[in-house]
Amino acid sequence: MKHTLVALVENKPGVLNRVASLFRRRNFNIDSLTVGRTHRDDVSRMTIVMDENTSPAKVEQNLYKLVNVIQVDNVTMKPSVARDLALIKVRVEAAETRSQVLQVCEIFRARIVDASPTTAIVEVTGAEDKIASLIELLRPVGILETVRTGVVTMARGEDVLDGNGYKSPGNGSSSNGKHNGAL
Amino acid sequence: MKLKGSEIILECLMREGVDVMFGITGGAILPTFDAMTRYPQIKHIHTRHEQGAAHMADGYARATGKVGVAVATSGPGATNLVTGLATAMMDSSPVVAITGQVGTATIGSDAFQETDVTGVTLPVTKHNYLVYDIDELAYTIKEAFHIARTGRPGPVLVDVPKDVQNTEIEFVYPEEGITLPGYQPATTATCGEIEMALRLIRKAQRPVILAGHGILMAGAMREVVEFAERTQTPITWTLLGKGAVPESHYLNLGMMGMHGEAYCNTAIQSADLLLAFGMRFDDRVTGNLATYAPEAKKIHIDIDASEIHKNVHADLGIVGDLKMVLNQLLPELEPMQHADWMEQIDEWRDDTTKRDIINQKTSRFVAAQAIYDIWRFTGGEDGGETIFVSDVGQHQMWVAQYCRLEKPHTHITSGGLGTMGFGMPAAIGAKLGRPDAEIWAVVGDGGFQMTMAELGTLAQYNVPVKVAIINNHFLGMVRQWQELFYDSRFQATPLVNPDFVKIAEAYNITARRVEQRSAVNDAIQWARAVDGPVVLDFDVEEHDIVYPMVPSGADLHDMIRRPMPEGRKQS
Ligand SMILES: Cc1cc2nc3c(=O)[nH]c(=O)nc-3n(C[C@H](O)[C@H](O)[C@H](O)COP(=O)(O)OP(=O)(O)OC[C@H]3O[C@@H](n4cnc5c(N)ncnc54)[C@H](O)[C@@H]3O)c2cc1C
Ligand SMILES: Cc1ncc(C[n+]2csc(CCOP(=O)(O)OP(=O)(O)O)c2C)c(N)n1
Repeated sequence: MKHTLVALVENKPGVLNRVASLFRRRNFNIDSLTVGRTHRDDVSRMTIVMDENTSPAKVEQNLYKLVNVIQVDNVTMKPSVARDLALIKVRVEAAETRSQVLQVCEIFRARIVDASPTTAIVEVTGAEDKIASLIELLRPVGILETVRTGVVTMARGEDVLDGNGYKSPGNGSSSNGKHNGAL
Repeated sequence: MKLKGSEIILECLMREGVDVMFGITGGAILPTFDAMTRYPQIKHIHTRHEQGAAHMADGYARATGKVGVAVATSGPGATNLVTGLATAMMDSSPVVAITGQVGTATIGSDAFQETDVTGVTLPVTKHNYLVYDIDELAYTIKEAFHIARTGRPGPVLVDVPKDVQNTEIEFVYPEEGITLPGYQPATTATCGEIEMALRLIRKAQRPVILAGHGILMAGAMREVVEFAERTQTPITWTLLGKGAVPESHYLNLGMMGMHGEAYCNTAIQSADLLLAFGMRFDDRVTGNLATYAPEAKKIHIDIDASEIHKNVHADLGIVGDLKMVLNQLLPELEPMQHADWMEQIDEWRDDTTKRDIINQKTSRFVAAQAIYDIWRFTGGEDGGETIFVSDVGQHQMWVAQYCRLEKPHTHITSGGLGTMGFGMPAAIGAKLGRPDAEIWAVVGDGGFQMTMAELGTLAQYNVPVKVAIINNHFLGMVRQWQELFYDSRFQATPLVNPDFVKIAEAYNITARRVEQRSAVNDAIQWARAVDGPVVLDFDVEEHDIVYPMVPSGADLHDMIRRPMPEGRKQS
């Protein structure tokens, strides 16, 4: 099973570089890494997905060593919402391909967000496997380009990652309210 | 008060208590060097190479526990620091490096002497900064010192563009404390962890303490001895844990690991409980991980969470400051006895004593005996406070084995990176931090030549460091591996050396060659009487081997031992 970590980091120049450099140096295999702003100007948020052979506890402990990393949460086993967004440009010259694409979009609750006489851009959000299946169905139609944001994840309900309660990376026993081991 | 960036740097250093810094000037750092003339309180040591400056700052830090400071210009000046920063990083030494950078307007344009220094040093520093905004300069330097010296210490680099050094602003020192939302070094153990530790300690019959560098960094020397005495637990230490516990202490066994005492490694392999105090299970310490201490439960106390389970699985990992955690444990601990265990270890120890080169008569001038004599004749047997700084190689291991130290912070060496060339500059830094201490740099002829240019620094500032070159005309440690594992094919290890006495004398440094053991004491006393630096060139046996040795990757108990002396029965 893949592991997912969510990290709050200081919104400062070079932080993404520090995180990427850490993964390379420690030989952590990362599937996907997304970064974006949050509702707080000084905080950015990362979602890090790694393969089953990479220990999420090790990644978490090493992330905490970075001065700019505020809080890390392993959401793998938590009820959570995970979303990937894809834009897929397809060729739709013939009328029947057009309706074929529309049909597929309906099944996947995807939307056409741009249409030209010869092309269309399909927008879809969802879990990764849903997007993968959509891509498979559109492939025979003729995909011109694809772009995906990578997965972003958020735990459900009252489980809030706000950067206020530090979690201990020690022993992988999260949430005991202890200071983190940032070094 | 209106100040320029360059002056703000020095104001901030002063407020951090910096009394000396090491470095070399150049275009991009010129403003800061010029400002030094207005801050004579901070002594600047002009080194011959920036690597030397970084090692000096590191040696200063290790000898004093304070932050050492190195300064360099942009581009080549900064890249020359890299080996020194990596050395400090591996051994968690608190160093702050300040580098000049090209002007902010030209950053990214491949300007003259521009290097992406924060990029280059990212993996070899604990943290680093490029200061674009003069308003952030003072706070950044304060933060850099805070990060360098707290938690698990380490080097921090601050890169300051030339125009930032030249900009003048109204200077207000940021008196408020540092707030870093993502940086809260761990301190104490939870009650549950203490309970669990007590349970494991009470159950143990054959416990061993693994004493690491973290004891010195935490200042937990007294606590460790108290713990050992109360629980009657023998102590074995890592190379960097040397000196944390007095070596004459009856529970102190000696060094562990690749060139550790065989009976220490045997004890570890037979133990039922290992108490790892501020050490990180380096591969030189564990040998083959698959067969490491198979019967032992492991309690690992370290301030860095990422060290727990990194190499060796811990049955109980406690992330915290060793001193604080031991102070939580001690009040709960009742006296214990492990007489049978101690007796067993003594038996193993007896065998080692018989094999010891120090107890063997030889007509050759053997490096181990020369080093042992340096220790003896500088007051070692009377519990002297001489600081020994070694370089890297065979002599380093003999210093670890034969200079028996009683006081903490009297042993300085590059352990994790094993940086040849570290010894002499680190000794200069140590002497500037501890002017009252007697300091001996014991170095190999190979490593010495890597930073030999710092003889110039030694002479220019008349730093009274005594340099003992253990001259075996080989890259000795590598020669040893070639003899043992490469059928004695001595590819690129013999050295044709210059006359080190003449070299030293060319710098106006007093020097002498020592060619036999009977001349050692006299040479040492002669060197000690000189009020200034001295170089002693010990012309020792070329073909020598550090025993015992765990071949790389072998099981820890599978050691190559020094053969028994003639006429002794093999036991
Ligand atoms: C040629 C050569 C041969 C060598 N042979 C040997 C050998 O035979 N035996 C040997 O032991 N070494 C040997 N070494 C050295 C070895 O490579 C390591 O450098 C050494 O074992 C590291 O010791 P350490 O873990 O105690 O120190 P460090 O590597 O400095 O680790 C210290 C640990 O303490 C922790 N710490 C820091 N502050 C605190 C605190 N306040 N509270 C709690 N924890 C803290 C840190 O997080 C870190 O994990 C050799 C090196 C060379 C170059
Ligand atoms: C900068 C650097 N280069 C290479 C090495 C590899 N190396 C480790 S020990 C050693 C030999 C050291 O020889 P010397 O300085 O003469 O000391 P000796 O072993 O003879 O005491 C070498 C080359 C190293 N540790 N550091």
